[in-house]
Amino acid sequence: MSTRIPLPYTPRVLELFRNPKNAGPMEDADVVESAGSPACGDMIRLYLKVSERNGEEFIERATFESYGCAANIAAASILTEVVTGKSMREAWAVSWRELADELGGLPPIKYHCSILAVGALKRAIRSYYGRVGRRPDWLPESLTIEERQTLEEEKMIEMLYSGRGFRITVAFPRGGSGDQGS
Amino acid sequence: MSVRELLEAHGRPPREVYFDLENSGYVPREVVEAMVPYFNSVGYGHPSITHRPGWEAYEVIHETKELLSRVLGAGGLGEFTIVHSGTEANNLAILGHALARRERRGKILVSAIEHLSVIQPAELAEKLFGFRVVRIPVDGEGFVDPGVLQELVDRETSLVSVQTVNHEIGTVQDVRELSRIVKEVNPSAVFHTDAADAFGRMPLDLRRLEGVDMLTISSHKVHGPRGVGVLFVREGVELEPVLRGQLSSERLWPGVENVPLIAGFRKAVELAFDGFEEHVSRMRGLRDALVRGLVERVPDVLLNGPSDFGRRAPDNANLSFLYVEGEALTVELSLHGVYVASGSACTSRILEPSHVLLAIGRKHEEAHGSVLLKTSRYHAVEDVEYALEVFPKAVARLRSISAARPGSPL
Repeated sequence: MSTRIPLPYTPRVLELFRNPKNAGPMEDADVVESAGSPACGDMIRLYLKVSERNGEEFIERATFESYGCAANIAAASILTEVVTGKSMREAWAVSWRELADELGGLPPIKYHCSILAVGALKRAIRSYYGRVGRRPDWLPESLTIEERQTLEEEKMIEMLYSGRGFRITVAFPRGGSGDQGS
Repeated sequence: MSVRELLEAHGRPPREVYFDLENSGYVPREVVEAMVPYFNSVGYGHPSITHRPGWEAYEVIHETKELLSRVLGAGGLGEFTIVHSGTEANNLAILGHALARRERRGKILVSAIEHLSVIQPAELAEKLFGFRVVRIPVDGEGFVDPGVLQELVDRETSLVSVQTVNHEIGTVQDVRELSRIVKEVNPSAVFHTDAADAFGRMPLDLRRLEGVDMLTISSHKVHGPRGVGVLFVREGVELEPVLRGQLSSERLWPGVENVPLIAGFRKAVELAFDGFEEHVSRMRGLRDALVRGLVERVPDVLLNGPSDFGRRAPDNANLSFLYVEGEALTVELSLHGVYVASGSACTSRILEPSHVLLAIGRKHEEAHGSVLLKTSRYHAVEDVEYALEVFPKAVARLRSISAARPGSPL
């Protein structure tokens, strides 16, 4: 085994791992985005149903699928709960730290699970407006910290693979349309 | 963060089966009872001081070494150094060698799937003293090809370390042949084998292993207490102590011996070798049933390590469950009282999964879904049956919410 570390999860993480909320694909989703990859050992796919009220978009429903550790599943689950009912603008402001706090804290080595969940959310929001063909003024052009970290994690694996001479069998999702897996 | 809250939320499952014997083990009652008197009623003295409690302590060390010499077929008392873990024994072998030969340097050959307590000291010897570390490649089941080793060994080779049995995938190397090759090419090269996973599971005879200069044993891998390791160092092999301080009964390791734990280790060795054949056939039968059952009942499973079970440790089962992540699986199984370990990156400090699984050519996503189980004579048939009941449900639950599926859009 590689070098290990104790992972004292909070009861909230364990509870959401055991009984995740909003797990599973969504048939009528308006947008589907992923972050991470099976090669990273962490991957979250987020489904959003978006509706419009008084000229503003709201997240009506959110569901997820997760390939990852217990913290990853819990982070994805809490993300769907946190963003449901929020306007897209409010959802954009959700930070990875907020998710970690909602979980009662995460071991520092697992912060990236929360970062990945928010990375998937931000990708989904961008993707939605990309499809609509309009960028709201609150949506920055430059990538946020969570988006950059998510890209970095995906790239790191890509490098590890090519460095070792393994063939890359996993296509990494990049905004917009869904890429095909291995 | 409170660990107690985590344990309360987890609860104690009505039924518990422990298969994570790689990482720490169950210590049977007889072994615990063998330790207790040495804390406060006998042998609590320092084994190198001339009083009765000291001599009582020394007796334990002396008898433990005699026992090791008996079960290993050879070895004088001065050839066994008792340390505090298998990790320490491996560090002593690699760094002790490097210290002794730091002027001459040369190459250190280690197999790509060695325990980190061999690989990392070798890397440190490279950094500190200028040795050159060469990784011996292994095939898809973890075997070192004798022909490849023969090509890698040269006159610059100072030390070669190849495990007798791999700790993760159970590959049994032909150490007798590998050490013979090393000595044939370069008689001054030292051959070390980490036998922590072989001891108590397969016959080990030092008389037959003429080419082996150093051999590592670990107490917790034979149901002894954690905190005892042994390094066999054949007489005449140059080695320097790594830790410095007041020596006691050991010439190569300073500090006061932990006699109660050594007494427990001695008992564990006695128990392991009393009915050895029977114990081995029991763990083999349970392991076979476990692997067969898991492969039959769960789809999309890969066996990691030798498929020829004649060349695989009798207790080892290592399987990758595709489309689930191993750490999540260990937690899910834990909630149902089945305790296993994973080679996933998610249980580690770094992003990379088990170096052993990568070295045998497993892809990252295959290594992330790996689970390691070891059987022992203390398991019952019902324990394996219970695991076979729990596993399919646990894997199915995690697959039902997984973002990774064959042919699904990513």
